[in-house]
Amino acid sequence: MNYEPVIGLEVHAQLKTKSKIFCGCPTDFGGTPNDHVCPVCLGLPGVLPVLNRRTVEFAIRSGLALNCEIAEVTKFDRKNYFYPDLPKDYQISQFDEPVCRGGHLTIAGKKIRIHRAHLEEDAGKLVHAGAAGLHGSEYSLVDFNRCGVPLLEIVTEPDIESPEQARLYLTELRNILRYIDVCDGNLEEGSFRCDANVSVRPVGQKELGTKSEIKNMNSFKAVQRALQSEIERQIAVLEAGGRVVQETRLWNEATGTTFPMRSKEEAHDYRYFPEPDLVPIVIDRKWVEEIASTLPELPEQRRSRYVSQYELSPDDATVLAESKELSDFFDAALSIGTPAKAAANWLMGPTIGYLNENKLGFDSTKITPENLRDLTAAVEAGTISSTTAKQLLLEILASGGNIANLIAEKGLVQISDEKGLTEIASKILIDNASQLESYRAGKSKVRQFFFGEVMKATKGKANPQIVNKILDELLTQNT
Amino acid sequence: MISIKEVEHVAKLARLSLNDEEKLLYTQQLAAILAYFDELKQVDTAGVEPLAHSLAIDSVMRADEVIPPPGAELLLSGAPCRQGSYFRVPKIAE
Repeated sequence: MNYEPVIGLEVHAQLKTKSKIFCGCPTDFGGTPNDHVCPVCLGLPGVLPVLNRRTVEFAIRSGLALNCEIAEVTKFDRKNYFYPDLPKDYQISQFDEPVCRGGHLTIAGKKIRIHRAHLEEDAGKLVHAGAAGLHGSEYSLVDFNRCGVPLLEIVTEPDIESPEQARLYLTELRNILRYIDVCDGNLEEGSFRCDANVSVRPVGQKELGTKSEIKNMNSFKAVQRALQSEIERQIAVLEAGGRVVQETRLWNEATGTTFPMRSKEEAHDYRYFPEPDLVPIVIDRKWVEEIASTLPELPEQRRSRYVSQYELSPDDATVLAESKELSDFFDAALSIGTPAKAAANWLMGPTIGYLNENKLGFDSTKITPENLRDLTAAVEAGTISSTTAKQLLLEILASGGNIANLIAEKGLVQISDEKGLTEIASKILIDNASQLESYRAGKSKVRQFFFGEVMKATKGKANPQIVNKILDELLTQNT
Repeated sequence: MISIKEVEHVAKLARLSLNDEEKLLYTQQLAAILAYFDELKQVDTAGVEPLAHSLAIDSVMRADEVIPPPGAELLLSGAPCRQGSYFRVPKIAE
């Protein structure tokens, strides 16, 4: 039988605020354990949480970017459960009146509906002593620095049809949140985390199968692999005549499989009730309009602008727009007269290659928009060869500088002098009589050898078009 | 009405250990509370806005400003058990 997966994702995005959601403690990552903690986030008796206005602003901003409806009134609720990373024994979250409802985003032409997005506080961090994980550990250590850090939980409808689509959705969502500057999307530091719900059903069946929830995935690649593995496991269970059990499973990166998490509590019974310490928030429409008016161009709009305005291919537009910093730079370079195609090529090829190789973000490079304009102009004018330009680009990315000065200092000017190059090429043909022989005998590939020798002799500075022209002439004469 | 079983379930979720006498007592008391809610339900609330809070104020918020916290030492000083700068808690699961 053929099965199809049905996937829904829950993302916890840390909002980029200076202070926590209900108290003034800083949200900085790391630090001495329990140094970013106060009586409010520790839940000591007699304290009063007060909502950080910026978290609501960021939730609205996210909701608008994701085409959500923004609630007129929103409120907070207590989600009750016992676990040592939660000092109050409840998490302040939103149950029935979230800030955002009913949006969508589009990936590769497919609409993924957003069910809701709500604000909540993060929990603390546990370190289990004397064991790799929770089980077998004699005691645990708790760091509450993360406790009370603002999160926006964004939940999709079960619209995702494959692990690949899940990866695309996450990439786009992270991109959007970075574009609107509400989340830094740093996966290593846990500021963008994802849990997945997945079930399978026979193709054509309307009803959903029983789902499992997968946690503990630390990269988009891991989400994709975990979903694939879980889909295969569920199909195998069904094929063997078994039934899928509704449960939470953890992804194990090392074994490439999911395994059931031992439940921390019988059934999920969170006994939500309205948080009595926080009053409801009325979201003024004027506030929403104000926020809407400051929304920047979003990745989707930017991609279509690149295609329609600069005639870039959709794939190229996607690559460029994937990083806001990189595409902001692209726009800046174009605004001072850099040709779009050339700018796109230099950025997508050597620049992204350099960033990946050195595991760097674009904002850590030293290049300026003027550098890129001068570089493309120098290539266009024939002053430097593209080989030289690539070396220059890498140098500028790493150390910065001025293109004209570097060309002059390093003597990188391309040799376009026909007479000089003809002399060099003639000598090479004479010095390599046997290769010339085989070229005449019909081995046309030997031409590349001659080309390479000319470039070698000129340290890569010869103008390739002129070298080709000269070789054409010389080889014709000699035949 | 509420059964002893439900009381046992809620007690377990709330980490309360009750003896048989207490279970019976709380079952009766909770039943009385729930019965009172049934009575409240008879009030005609058509046209009355749902209420999530007893105070007639809304939208209290603060600016996103850091208030330097008192530091780990002071907060850990009240902890029954610590290790370095961490709170130390007993075994969580077998």
